[in-house]
Amino acid sequence: MIGGLFIYNHKGEVLISRVYRDDIGRNAVDAFRVNVIHARQQVRSPVTNIARTSFFHVKRSNIWLAAVTKQNVNAAMVFEFLYKMCDVMTAYFGKISEENIKNNFVLIYELLDEILDFGYPQNSETGALKTFITQTGIKSQSKEEQSQITSQVTGQIGWRREGIKYRRNELFLDVLESVNLLMSPQGQVLSAHVSGRVVMKSYLSGMPECKFGMNDKIVIDKQGKGGASEEAAAGKSGGGGGKQSIAIDDCTFHQCVRLSKFDAERSISFIPPDGECELMRYRTTKDIILPFRVIPLVREVGRTKLEVKVVIKSNFKPSLLAQKIEVRIPTPLNTSGVQVICMKGKAKYKASENAIVWKIKRMAGMKESQISAEIELLPTNDKKKWARPPISMNFEVPFAPSGLKVRYLKVFEPKLNYSDHDVIKWVRYIGRSGIYETRC
Amino acid sequence: MPAVSKGDGMRGLAVFISDIRNCKSKEAEIKRINKELANIRSKFKGDKALDGYSKKKYVCKLLFIFLLGHDIDFGHMEAVNLLSSNKYTEKQIGYLFISVLVNSNSELIRLINNAIKNDLSSRNPTFMCLALHCIANVGSREMAEAFAGEIPRILVAGDTMDSVKQSAALCLLRLYKASPDLVLMGEWTSRVVHLLNDQHMGVVTAAISLITCLSSKNPDEFKTCVSLAVSRLSRIVSSASTDLQDYTYYFVPAPWLSCKLLRLLQCYPPPEDGAVKGRLVECLETILNKAQEPPKSKKVQHSNAKNAILFEAISLIIHYDSEPNLLVRACNQLGQFLQHRETNLRYLALESMCTLASSEFSHEAVKTHIETVINALKTERDVSVRQRAADLLYAMCDRSNAKQIVAEMLSYLETADYSIREEMVLKVAILAEKYAVDYSWYVDTILNLIRIAGDYVSEEVWYRVIQIVINRDDVQGYAAKTVFEALQAPACHENMVKVGGYILGEFGNLIAGDPRSSPLVQFNLLHSKFHLCSVPTRALLLSAYIKFINLFPETKATIQEVLRSDSQIRNSDVELQQRAVEYLKLSSIASTDVLATVLEEMPPFPERESSILAKLKKKKGPGAVSVELEDGKERGELNGGGDRGGDAAIAASNASTPSPSADLLGLRSAAPVSGAAPSAGSLLVDVFSEAGPAASSAGVNDDGFLSALHAPEASDSPLVEGPGDSDSAPPSAASEDPAPPLPESDELLNKFVCKNNGVLFENQLLQIGIKSEYRQNLGRMYLFYGNKTSVQFVSFSTTVSCPGELQSQLNVQTKTVEPLVEGGAQVQQVINIECLTDFIDAPLLNIKFRYGGALQNISLKLPVTINKFFQPTEMAAADFFQRWKQLSQPQQEAQKIFKASHGMDTEVLKAKLLGLGTALLENVDPNPENYVCAGVIQTKAQQVGCLLRLEPNAQAQMYRLTLRSSKDTVSQRVCDLLAEQF
Repeated sequence: MIGGLFIYNHKGEVLISRVYRDDIGRNAVDAFRVNVIHARQQVRSPVTNIARTSFFHVKRSNIWLAAVTKQNVNAAMVFEFLYKMCDVMTAYFGKISEENIKNNFVLIYELLDEILDFGYPQNSETGALKTFITQTGIKSQSKEEQSQITSQVTGQIGWRREGIKYRRNELFLDVLESVNLLMSPQGQVLSAHVSGRVVMKSYLSGMPECKFGMNDKIVIDKQGKGGASEEAAAGKSGGGGGKQSIAIDDCTFHQCVRLSKFDAERSISFIPPDGECELMRYRTTKDIILPFRVIPLVREVGRTKLEVKVVIKSNFKPSLLAQKIEVRIPTPLNTSGVQVICMKGKAKYKASENAIVWKIKRMAGMKESQISAEIELLPTNDKKKWARPPISMNFEVPFAPSGLKVRYLKVFEPKLNYSDHDVIKWVRYIGRSGIYETRC
Repeated sequence: MPAVSKGDGMRGLAVFISDIRNCKSKEAEIKRINKELANIRSKFKGDKALDGYSKKKYVCKLLFIFLLGHDIDFGHMEAVNLLSSNKYTEKQIGYLFISVLVNSNSELIRLINNAIKNDLSSRNPTFMCLALHCIANVGSREMAEAFAGEIPRILVAGDTMDSVKQSAALCLLRLYKASPDLVLMGEWTSRVVHLLNDQHMGVVTAAISLITCLSSKNPDEFKTCVSLAVSRLSRIVSSASTDLQDYTYYFVPAPWLSCKLLRLLQCYPPPEDGAVKGRLVECLETILNKAQEPPKSKKVQHSNAKNAILFEAISLIIHYDSEPNLLVRACNQLGQFLQHRETNLRYLALESMCTLASSEFSHEAVKTHIETVINALKTERDVSVRQRAADLLYAMCDRSNAKQIVAEMLSYLETADYSIREEMVLKVAILAEKYAVDYSWYVDTILNLIRIAGDYVSEEVWYRVIQIVINRDDVQGYAAKTVFEALQAPACHENMVKVGGYILGEFGNLIAGDPRSSPLVQFNLLHSKFHLCSVPTRALLLSAYIKFINLFPETKATIQEVLRSDSQIRNSDVELQQRAVEYLKLSSIASTDVLATVLEEMPPFPERESSILAKLKKKKGPGAVSVELEDGKERGELNGGGDRGGDAAIAASNASTPSPSADLLGLRSAAPVSGAAPSAGSLLVDVFSEAGPAASSAGVNDDGFLSALHAPEASDSPLVEGPGDSDSAPPSAASEDPAPPLPESDELLNKFVCKNNGVLFENQLLQIGIKSEYRQNLGRMYLFYGNKTSVQFVSFSTTVSCPGELQSQLNVQTKTVEPLVEGGAQVQQVINIECLTDFIDAPLLNIKFRYGGALQNISLKLPVTINKFFQPTEMAAADFFQRWKQLSQPQQEAQKIFKASHGMDTEVLKAKLLGLGTALLENVDPNPENYVCAGVIQTKAQQVGCLLRLEPNAQAQMYRLTLRSSKDTVSQRVCDLLAEQF
């Protein structure tokens, strides 16, 4: 169980310190600062063990969050909690920064009291928390409201209160994916996977029962015998390829999803929390549509010159537009001057990052563009050869590289008088680059 | 030295450093540094030459970045360029960079050394100093090699400036410390000594450090420095505080120089020249006098400087140890310091007094301060000072004050710091032993010691008590009584129980007359402690019990009962169990006579140096126990019997028994008694005489059995390995050679199965001779191509090819031969062969050449057959048949019955079988007519064991050849090959 939780700024000063158990002393605060934040060597492991005490930390911009324990806890649980903590704080006061934390420290202590009890994580659902931890002064709640909160928080559906009413029943569905790739210089895929999230924002009245369907291979194959028509409809709208179904390697769901039903018939049904929630997370590794192909060409001309040519090809429907494209070409450590020529976008040598950064605002599918650079080198007395780090790339495309498609999201509200057709639904796909690298 | 002018402020550097300091995070800092590095690289790379100022600035930035912990791999060249600048600041930065970042980089070192040489030979003293500082800062071997000859010259040259001399002396000192072998002594050494007479005090101070270091290594060469040092010292000491203006420090003239001079003098014995000695004594007296004068200043620096000289002088006095007057004065001076306010002074005084106490002249003087020291031990707040006080007490102890000191130390022990307790205990034990007037006092003291600080009493201490008690008859009764009383305390330390067990076991009878300490009471007292003790102590107690049985037969039943109890006789500890069993048997079987002999009183221990003293020495390091000298002197006095150590016996018995328990009773090892009961060891065998030999023979059988089991397994392994991977496909016979092999080549091949050398091929033009040798899976073959004609062969070429599968089975490498073979000449070609796995086909040799315009093309099979890689294996008949049976699967055997094509001469057959490469085993087959061979085929992939049996039938002129190997293809191939031979 978590023994304590500390929040530090970038200098290692403690902003928030909450100790839940007696086995964590004050010196634990300093131990983490000395051994991790101010460590001589950068500490890369998120878990550090100092004097039989485990420190689990995450870093959000300049802020360190560290959970401390002396017991053998489930590390995944601790990290899940820390991420949840970050989400909750973001939901309450926006960006996690030193300024914001200092301004809201009373709130944070209040939250910490609520979501961790003697080191055991409790309800960390933002929607539920917001009903009883408010930022707008002390508002005396009526008896009725209080009892409602109690019944909600302690009841079966802790994430949604009853009696919500909207004039327009609307829901937004975002499929957010990040595609990771490592490619050899010859264009061979060394590793690729997509990690995606389905984020849902719902403004629905009452206690609606929802059912979410996507082109999951197992479901499609099962239905393949029966409903072929649905499948045809699903396969029509495609971003990159005309893939019918996708194989999901693993997925996790928001707590509102009925897991028993998913296990039994692989259908995703739930009563959504009001407002925004992350419905599911998933990961795929097969048949990934790689939106861009990077073709590097590095030639060493003598000891003092390097010629680099990089071609990028977009590999999706010409009607779609990729945005925020950025290619980062690492340069050797003894670079003394760079000349860059590029056909499209802007390219610049950033000495502080030891890289050439090439930015293109947008680019349509099935196009290609090229950059060439001449890098002058300073001869050094170091015999070490340049390690040639991979070329990395960032972009955003309006489709899901995994090929995931939302087939339906049905809403049933038996008590109130609206049906599935009355709900206005929006679906959006965004594919972003994760670690998208090509060796050169 | 020229100061850095304001204009040289290097704004860029200041901005860069402040940027770095303002960075919020490590990442930001790295970014800023990367940017700066890129900027510097582009500047250094730039076509237009940089001026000295910017070069200096950028080198400075690089240096700063390096000091922040980043790697710098360029800019060395620019730094070296700076060395040749004429501006001081630029040169200084250049040298700084070189001193910090230099590595033994070949080309740069040469350039750097060149620049340093230039500066050393320049007339500018500032530049010379910079160069010398750089050499000293780097101080590497390379530097020493390059400049070790140069610097002494500068040091002793007449026209060198004082500041340069100073630097040169210190630089030489540094080089000498780093690589003493490279700094050669020469005629300069005598001139260095004369630097002590230099006008400039700085030079003298620098030179004296060098001389002290050099003279400690080779004192004879610098002997002359003594008189010079003395005269210098007397000049300083006698000077008024205003004489040496710059070198007077808080009214003390040249304190550092004085200290160094005094230290230098400590390297040498007292001067023999009377005048010099008189002068030195005068100096020392002056120093002691000055210490008595009222201080000229209240500042702490003044007294520190004065005391520094004083303590250095006192250590010189102690070092000489020949001036009683001075020694006593020093002692009195130190006595004053003992009560000084300054803790440091008290510490130093105690430390110096410790050494003074060992001098015969001042020993008495030191003793007068005993009260103060005891007081210090009790009241001092600093533990290190208390430690020194304890040391001093130990040092000043002699017979007159031993009782007082030991009592004080004992009482202090109760409150002493844990860190020094063990040492204190040892000291008390030694003092008690050394100055014991009567032994009852000694026994009391040690028992007290064990009572007070039992945990810190090491083994040696109580061993020693027992040795002394055993060696001294007069104290034994008293010891038994005291121990008995001490044991009556409800809580006893284990060491006390050990001593008690031992002494009562030996001398319990001496107090048994008193009804309060009757045998049974003694036994019950000891046994009441038994269960609280550790295993070694219990073992000792068990031995004490058996001694009780001998001493007091009336306790026999009780003790036997105890020994017989399950907690003894079935103890989980082997040592205890064994003792219980042995003692029980001993007490019940042996007669009283035997028992009395076995359990006789311990003989006196031989005299040896006290083991405690040895332990103390080990603890404190050599030299720390200065008392040991005096110890030697006084040893004989009173303590004749006491000072002998029998611990060797203990150590020996400890070493001989595997258990950790100290067998002090000597039951186990080396019992010097008659044959009735030789020793416990053999007694054991006697008692269990029926079981003993049987067990041991069983053991032997076991071993023999095991080794018999293991041996064949081990040697079998190469044979058994085979079947696992014997799936190599049958070879393809198709050869794609350009010229088909000669029809007779197969026959040629067979010719070489059993021999390695010979003529492979011959026609009118060409003769090919062959010579080959094989070792394990490797072979080397020499081919000799002889031109039998008188015309040269043109474009002579040979190729060796491995057709088909053979490529993966054999690895053949050839060296090319000369394309021309003169008439009548012979060329040699070497072929290296590596057998990767077993094979069937032979590699092909293709020879092409033009003879008189006509192309000759000959293809042959190289006589490389699988049997060439045989390693003979010798084995006995039993082994052979065992393996033969193991290889009984049908595919492992190949058999052929064939008619003899040659004569059946035994010797010829034997020669052929030996030529095959196997070992011919004699006396294996029951039928002497038959031949049996064994060998292992060595390939890279595996080893294939092979057994062979050839049964000739002389009447029918037939042979039956049977081959068994772990690999079927091998059996078959070898069988085929051999069948052609007979």
